[in-house]
Amino acid sequence: MKADPGFYQYWPYQNRPKIRWPGGKKLAFWLAPNIEFYELNPPDNPHRKAWPQPFPAIQGYGIRDYGNRVGHLRQMALLDKYGIRGSISLSTALCDHHPEIIAMCKERNWEFFSHGIYNTRYTYGMSEQQERDMIRDSIESIYRHTGQHCAGYLAPALSHSELTLDLFAEVGTELFGDQAGFYTCDLFHDDQPTPIQLRSNKRFVSIPYSLEMNDTIAYVVNKVEPRRYGQMLKDNFDTLYAEGEQSGTIMCIPTHNYQVACPHRLKAFEEALDYITSHPDVWITTGREIADYYRQHYYDTALADIAAKQGAA
Amino acid sequence: MALDDSHLSYPLRRYGMDHDYYDWSMLAERPAVRWPGNKPLALWVNISLQFYPLNQQGKPYKVPGGMTMPYPDLRHYSLRDYGNRVGIFRLLAALDKYGITPTFAVNSELALRTPYLLNLLKERGNEILCHGWNMDSLHYGGMPEAEEQALISRSLHTLRDLTGQPITGWLSPARNQSEHTLALLAEQGIQYCADWVNDDMPYRYTHSKKPLWALPLSTELEDFFILGNNLHSESSYVQQIEDACDLLLQEATTQGGRLLALNIHPWLLGQPHRIGYLEKLLAYLSQQPVWNASGSDIVQAFAAQQQAGA
Repeated sequence: MKADPGFYQYWPYQNRPKIRWPGGKKLAFWLAPNIEFYELNPPDNPHRKAWPQPFPAIQGYGIRDYGNRVGHLRQMALLDKYGIRGSISLSTALCDHHPEIIAMCKERNWEFFSHGIYNTRYTYGMSEQQERDMIRDSIESIYRHTGQHCAGYLAPALSHSELTLDLFAEVGTELFGDQAGFYTCDLFHDDQPTPIQLRSNKRFVSIPYSLEMNDTIAYVVNKVEPRRYGQMLKDNFDTLYAEGEQSGTIMCIPTHNYQVACPHRLKAFEEALDYITSHPDVWITTGREIADYYRQHYYDTALADIAAKQGAA
Repeated sequence: MALDDSHLSYPLRRYGMDHDYYDWSMLAERPAVRWPGNKPLALWVNISLQFYPLNQQGKPYKVPGGMTMPYPDLRHYSLRDYGNRVGIFRLLAALDKYGITPTFAVNSELALRTPYLLNLLKERGNEILCHGWNMDSLHYGGMPEAEEQALISRSLHTLRDLTGQPITGWLSPARNQSEHTLALLAEQGIQYCADWVNDDMPYRYTHSKKPLWALPLSTELEDFFILGNNLHSESSYVQQIEDACDLLLQEATTQGGRLLALNIHPWLLGQPHRIGYLEKLLAYLSQQPVWNASGSDIVQAFAAQQQAGA
């Protein structure tokens, strides 16, 4: 076990090389709907229980099923209204269970990235080969069902091993070269993209995917009132938009159809989307496009600046 | 040591659900449902009347809202009792003031213990559904089937005898079920179950031979979840339900009927500092184009259209 994951070095937020997004935009905005499948009766993982009650744990299962049965189309209608393409964090078994949902996202040219196979199969306790096989299965599923070369990863239920990022990058390369496996959503250390150091030395970046703006964290963990969540989204945007004047920032809203698309919560979310998208200097984009653009234009200058600042210390 | 290979095997990775309790479908893709009077939104107000035993077993887990302190936990016991002694009368007065018809989900043991309260409910004539034996009698996975069958039978016989009503609706304590609960309920004459909260409309369970309908009683909108679990303010409770009502009404005008189901506990909303907020909410709801009906009326209106359409 390590005291530090070793993926990145300390890199102060101030005085970094200036970022400008396409069209001179100051803030890149992306929205990541998690489309997940939770199994009613997964095998027991000794490191973490899937459900607090014995099988069948219908309360937790039911509300997540609600997200797919009811919430998905509600959120999709809003994203259509505001011209936002979703970047789907996908439990890839959902391609088998609910292909209708996949087809609707595909029609809209939304991005799919891997969120494992089921959100009830944790990484904890997997051998390197098992985790590699699971990641490969998920990337292959996305390709088979959507034709996309999976660029990003968010580990299932945020369950990791020390090798998760390495394995994702390596399997992406094995399957599709440099066109897959090049960004992670698993780190919450920054409001800008940062290069990530992997054992393969692949050009790999961490893209901000806010834990604080995540609706499940806000609603379930922090028990935030719906209208206050809407206000938090606007406040988060205001700060990042203002700071984007100095150097381009990123705002991400990770959502869940079983949270944000519930009838008592959608209005607050819509007000925030309306607010954010009404600003002129916002690049409304996807995770993949941000990572691609960053790798092409800023990756090398970032590495040089990080090295210089490490030397200065 | 690595995980067992079963963690990389997915025998139920297939089209639809990973179980056979009900079929997969998306709400927005289903045929539109029409409620009586052509009202877009059905409003179901359920009041849960509960008995939390002081000597709870907590099997297989402590019921939410139950005792948390070492025995005898008088504070939690008596505050739940407050709802049945005092709070309920405030709720009934508020509902009557705004002409809202409730149903009552009643623990059968409470019906036995409080004949005065039960007579009051009977005189009102509103539908009563069975809320299990008491709040500490959980139905749970791994429970012996015969034991659960007897528990359901005792709960239903008691409530049917005491109320003189057929009792066709069911809400499990803590909404917890075993793998057999749905089939056992259907066998004993239950026609709808409110435990599963995966939809904004009724749907059909496929797990039993006799017809059994799901009537989702929103957990997210219940007073216990918003006030007791999330510790949101009373004004936020009202706001959340008004927002939900607005959205469901809007959806109903384009996609067909929707259901707004509110679960209310007298020991929470019957408190003096909260009842005014409930009145404010009821005043709002009573101005909307809603069809306020009992659980079984909603299920019947829905089921009739499913059969007609099938």
